[in-house]
Amino acid sequence: MKEFAELVTFLGASTKTLEKQEALVNYFSLADDRDKVWVIALFSGRRPRRLVNSSLLPQWCIEIRNIPGWLFSECYGSVGDTAETIALLLPEATEQNAQSSLSFYIEKLISLEKENEFIKRDFITACWRSMNKDERFVFNKLLTGNFRIGISQKQMVNALAKTIKLEPSVIAHRISGNWDPATTSFNELLSENTGIVDYSKPYPFYLAYALEENPETLGEANEWQAEWKWDGIRGEIIKRNNQLFVWSRGEELMTEKFPEYAMFQQKLPEGVALDGEIISLTNANALTNKFTILPFALLQTRIGRKNITAKQLKESPVGFIAYDLLEFEGEDFRNKTLDERRTVLEKIIAEVNEPVLRLSPIIPFTNWDELAATRATSREINAEGIMLKRKTSIYQVGRKVGDWWKWKIDPLTIDAVMIYAQKGSGRRSTLYTDYTFAVKDEDRLVPFTKAYSGLTDKEFAQVDNFVKRNALEKFGPVRTVKPELVFEIAFEGIAASNRHKSGVALRFPRIKRWRKDKKADEINTLDDLKKMLEVYGK
Amino acid sequence: MQLIEFTDKGLFCRAGNFYIDPWKPVDYAIITHAHSDHAKWGSKNYLCHTLTKPLLQARLGDNVYETVEWNESKTINGVKVSLHPAGHIIGSSQIRVEYNNEVWVASGDYKVADDGLSGAFEPVKCNAFITESTFGLPIYNWKDQELIFENMRNWILANKALNKASIIIAYSLGKAQRILKALEDFDETIYMHGATYNMHMALINANIPLPKINAERVTPETPKEKLKECIVIAPPGAEGSSWQKKFSPYAVGVCSGWMQVRGNVRRKNVDGAFALSDHADWNGLLQAIKATEAEKVYVTHGYQSVFSRYLNEQGIWSAEVKTEYGEEDEEKVTDEVI
Repeated sequence: MKEFAELVTFLGASTKTLEKQEALVNYFSLADDRDKVWVIALFSGRRPRRLVNSSLLPQWCIEIRNIPGWLFSECYGSVGDTAETIALLLPEATEQNAQSSLSFYIEKLISLEKENEFIKRDFITACWRSMNKDERFVFNKLLTGNFRIGISQKQMVNALAKTIKLEPSVIAHRISGNWDPATTSFNELLSENTGIVDYSKPYPFYLAYALEENPETLGEANEWQAEWKWDGIRGEIIKRNNQLFVWSRGEELMTEKFPEYAMFQQKLPEGVALDGEIISLTNANALTNKFTILPFALLQTRIGRKNITAKQLKESPVGFIAYDLLEFEGEDFRNKTLDERRTVLEKIIAEVNEPVLRLSPIIPFTNWDELAATRATSREINAEGIMLKRKTSIYQVGRKVGDWWKWKIDPLTIDAVMIYAQKGSGRRSTLYTDYTFAVKDEDRLVPFTKAYSGLTDKEFAQVDNFVKRNALEKFGPVRTVKPELVFEIAFEGIAASNRHKSGVALRFPRIKRWRKDKKADEINTLDDLKKMLEVYGK
Repeated sequence: MQLIEFTDKGLFCRAGNFYIDPWKPVDYAIITHAHSDHAKWGSKNYLCHTLTKPLLQARLGDNVYETVEWNESKTINGVKVSLHPAGHIIGSSQIRVEYNNEVWVASGDYKVADDGLSGAFEPVKCNAFITESTFGLPIYNWKDQELIFENMRNWILANKALNKASIIIAYSLGKAQRILKALEDFDETIYMHGATYNMHMALINANIPLPKINAERVTPETPKEKLKECIVIAPPGAEGSSWQKKFSPYAVGVCSGWMQVRGNVRRKNVDGAFALSDHADWNGLLQAIKATEAEKVYVTHGYQSVFSRYLNEQGIWSAEVKTEYGEEDEEKVTDEVI
């Protein structure tokens, strides 16, 4: 546990990608196989099932430290993380640390799953007594949540590739999918000859970088294929062993969430993997490949729900816009060119012949200017811009520069005044960095969105200072502040919402810039927002 | 009438007609310590501890300064005033004010642990105690100074092993001198940012005893070869500025109580984080307050609402007070002479 706690502490504090890489390589070279399996699992978002109700840990900590509950909440407000708050509040270790391994703790926790609360408490509080602050933090993280510690899955894969003789892409593939770290050994997971077949295993997605330059920098227009950039959820649909699997970009198995896809189990040929967009659409026609995209807000009402109601199925019908073929007849197709993959993809979709499964249309263009004009119309069809893919490109792993680009439309913007501020979480836990913004409606201010990002650290510090000096009232962690600072808010879309006072909900709101040149009475009005809703929100 | 009133110019003793740490110019100001949020420019007369005077001179220039030693009494308009060590930085003092058998103590900033440089905090019995609350949450528990120094030395050694310079960020008054104790053993020149060096020299010229190290100011002329793998101390304003480039390759370590929380370390994007503070931690605050046996505790800059509520729940009468303390100017000195 000590080594793992040190690794997490180091990764959390280090600012250099290379150093993080070295620390991971170092850890993987020395750790035992059981621990390695768990680290791979944890760093790829597979934590053990929650052992105790999340309110119990703070409660035990409060009892041990003998402080009132509200004081724990205040501390949490300042730290921004339950696991760390507890680690900081507990008194110094009183017992000698037995130095058990990471896998010992995790497996012990799993074995206690069925036990009563008192047995769990005894074990957990005994662990606390024998651990230092960093170990407690990591231990509490195992109990409470994800390890979001500033390394990507890709970095971990690269580090693993340095310690075992496998290509990063093979490792990425192996560790994706549906495996249980409790029952999988390191060798089963990462050896070349494993007898276990995981039919669900998805291919890692190829991700595009944003195109910041003029597209002419990409060279000849005819070397590129243009498609719309859809605003849904990236997904991979797999049929193997006569079973259907639907994966989301977050590597979450979501097969059950989309009953519309159930028919693919019959209709798709055996041994295929499709890359595409899970998206709400209507008026779909299999013959003409025409369809109408519904706003993302509708899809959002379905994500995160355990049970989907008949009403949701009707109001937000989900389809799949396929744009790539990763496997065909059980063969890995990723090293074929985009042109070759696309030809087979078109055939498959034509044979399935169902409105729900659409082909991502290719946008015809002969020069970049023409494409730029088409791109300007993206919002009319609820697209976010254009995807550019090199026709000769293979399907790569992760985010790679060169062959795939997303060329998004400029965001919508509005000038607003900050009226509430709240401390952030994680690395912003002691600064007021979460703001609520308002537009004018005659002589009153109507809050319409929050935004969390877009300022530099220096600007955040300045706004934080302003909040501290100009707080008018406080409601729990929220401060109302003098409406004085004006910001330009950028967002990708706007939809009607009866849950918000303003009547609108924004998509991806963020601060574009601080308008120090503007006074609070020069901001936009609620009418301006409503006009945008009229134009872009239907 | 309270013996000390909380006015828009600062803490005011009407009976004695003087202010303590006023943030606006007044006729007579008693200064707890020389940090810029407590010692403001423009007052006609200043009273402070003997060791504070040279620091005020360095920061505020020539003024009318009157000095006293700790525990030396002085009567101002019939009000008895004395200064007592606060343990925060060199010369830092609590101000004891006595009139008609009532005693108030304004503590300015303080820490209970003795850092060996600032004088050991002295508990002073009083009826009313004015306390800071910079780290008034139970998540703040400082480690022993020696342990932190040990970590710092190991961090420097690790940097040297990677051929990196170690840039240590610390307030130029207080923290910078304190960490010299950690660096004594290195037996090499300690480089300093201009702001740090100026303060260092002001202290030496005032005959204030500092750890024996060889300090050298970093100037645009300092050859880069000399700075390889060196140890350098700089104020918070220099952190992240282009001034650091001269030391490449380097690692940056920040000394501050805020470094106790991971979020702050990550936000600052620093390589080394040392939770070393010149303020009392949670237990230090409680210990200090109990020792005063005060009936009333006024809580200023920091987590005043939280800390005040906690004291009330513990049966100690308390109220929060709004002051303008707690914003050291040093964050802004980026462009101070290099």
